[in-house]
Amino acid sequence: MGRTLADKVYDAHVVRSAEGEPDVLYIDLHLVHEVTSPQAFDGLRMADRAIRRPDLTIATEDHNVPTTDILSPIADPVSRAQVETLRKNCAEFGVRLHPMGDAGQGIVHVIGPQLGLTQPGMTVVCGDSHTSTHGAFGALAFGIGTSEVEHVLATQTLSQRRPKMMAVTVNGTLPYGVTAKDLILAVIARIGTGGGQGHVVEYRGEAIRALSMEGRMTVCNMSIEAGARAGMIAPDETTFAYLEGRPHAPSGDDWEAAKEYWRSLHTDDDATFDKEVVIDAAELTPFVTWGTNPGQGVPLAAYVPDPAAYDDPTQRSAAERALEYMGLTAGTPLRDVAVDTVFVGSCTNGRIEDLRAAADVIKGRKVADGVRMLVVPGSMKVKAQAEEEGLNEVFTAAGAEWRQAGCSMCLGMNPDQLKPGERSASTSNRNFEGRQGKGGRTHLVSPAVAAATAVTGHLAAPADL
Amino acid sequence: MEAFTTHTGRAVPLRRSNVDTDQIIPAVWLKQVSRTGFEKGLFAAWREDPEFVLNRPEYQGASILVAGPDFGTGSSREHAVWALQQYGFRAVVSARFGDIFRNNATKAGLLPIELPEANVERLQAKIEANPAKEFTIDLSRRELRCDEDGVQSFEIDDYTRWRLLEGLDDIGLTLRHTDEITAYEEGRRSWLPVTA
Ligand code: SF4
Repeated sequence: MGRTLADKVYDAHVVRSAEGEPDVLYIDLHLVHEVTSPQAFDGLRMADRAIRRPDLTIATEDHNVPTTDILSPIADPVSRAQVETLRKNCAEFGVRLHPMGDAGQGIVHVIGPQLGLTQPGMTVVCGDSHTSTHGAFGALAFGIGTSEVEHVLATQTLSQRRPKMMAVTVNGTLPYGVTAKDLILAVIARIGTGGGQGHVVEYRGEAIRALSMEGRMTVCNMSIEAGARAGMIAPDETTFAYLEGRPHAPSGDDWEAAKEYWRSLHTDDDATFDKEVVIDAAELTPFVTWGTNPGQGVPLAAYVPDPAAYDDPTQRSAAERALEYMGLTAGTPLRDVAVDTVFVGSCTNGRIEDLRAAADVIKGRKVADGVRMLVVPGSMKVKAQAEEEGLNEVFTAAGAEWRQAGCSMCLGMNPDQLKPGERSASTSNRNFEGRQGKGGRTHLVSPAVAAATAVTGHLAAPADL
Repeated sequence: MEAFTTHTGRAVPLRRSNVDTDQIIPAVWLKQVSRTGFEKGLFAAWREDPEFVLNRPEYQGASILVAGPDFGTGSSREHAVWALQQYGFRAVVSARFGDIFRNNATKAGLLPIELPEANVERLQAKIEANPAKEFTIDLSRRELRCDEDGVQSFEIDDYTRWRLLEGLDDIGLTLRHTDEITAYEEGRRSWLPVTA
């Protein structure tokens, strides 16, 4: 019987498989950041264990990093201690680290692909749920907890069970002005935050094939928001073109050998999925969330939904709570919702193409009075490239703040936070209560919608300008 | 990790769906580098409300959390599991769990019990009717018992159950297969990237 893409990658990494036991799965790349690793390194020390493959491990500082002054020590002593702990651990255990101020520093899911370390057919893990991002290359990539981080450090493997497989097929062509972010928000609204649970989602179809690598990363990134630990897209010429020439990509004869293997990484025609969803790209429009989980989203042209319209009592009470928290009234057009803050950045939409999309919209325009707009590149490399292209000047001329690289307001572990009651349009991935700061209200949007919203001061698409 | 065999205790109903790990423990609490002290951050934002269920006197000391569907979605932070355990919970009951949360829980010895949504709601109603009611979880029999109301069985795979019953550390188990890992490594494609 045929195998899916995920099956093929999974099978190629099984070190040991025994009846009644989980498989031992080999891990090709382990990404580490400061937040979920300290207790894992402590565990190693306590058990007197070394890292099995420091040469398959790489660390960066991202979550706590201030985005205003990246060269001075972090002001918050607890954040600083966490970053310093990572530095000590990496030095002690021999792990390559990209610290703040380093040209290679950035959000963990931005730097892996940027370095060419994320390649088709690999297994990639990180103590971070958005590791699903790397699936855009046809890698099997998923988030793990700190106990598992320690497990990978010690053994370079994980104890795993074969996941179920789900296909999300997006047929047709995305209409003009509709982006990867809109697509994935629509998918999550359709299947729900639990829709992908226990599954690896493979995104397929014409609209997916047409996406750039940045767009594919945006889509795979948010798989976890639909409950799936991993999202995958079969590698193709777009993937190869992105990888070619990157620092850690194979070269010469290896490049040809690698491509030959990578071309075999696609779902066989006779393979079956445990679950399938089909979406027509032509029906998609700019999408925004109104609630407090990423499944609570609607087209920008729609209205804040009425909880009474939900048949399911659980969904109804969740909607009631969400509207209360968000300070929204049912029936309000989403376009009438005014924001205080616009955040462009994160591992979902902090790549060069995302910044270009936002800059395109805001060029020659001004951020509305009373609105602050933060543009936070996903990595120092993205920042440098954007500056080379003059995007920073476009943003600052419009009145936006141009920042250093990091997670920033995606989760507000650094000083970039919403104040209680403040509302944002954010290109990040989570609109949970308090995610961007206690009491803050988040609407998830694409970079283009974020920029248009900054100009009008209320949720808007570029077409509204 | 702490072994889980049987546990008897009172329960607390959390009638909310999609309780994501940002609610279980907000990001500001993740800055600590130790593995302890997370109970203070458990549901930190919600606990500011005196009416929040965990603040009510009748539920003090409860050790089983009975929550709405899709508990533990979102971030991979294992701190969410530690916070629940350090606060005093030994088990969480829900109709659906976030995959990573469930995985983290079984690694750390917090038992995730999945029951059909209607059963979870009935349990919540029972607890609300009598907060002093005690429940017993018997992991070897895969049962959640409540004296007069009989027994609910739940599913958990044999291997995970065994690991929890014995309190076994996964790393130790995997290290028994070091030879196989070495053999696998010898066959890896030569062009796969290294970070060094
Ligand atoms: S940008 Fe946001 S989602 Fe991505 S790794 Fe950082 S905190 Fe997590």
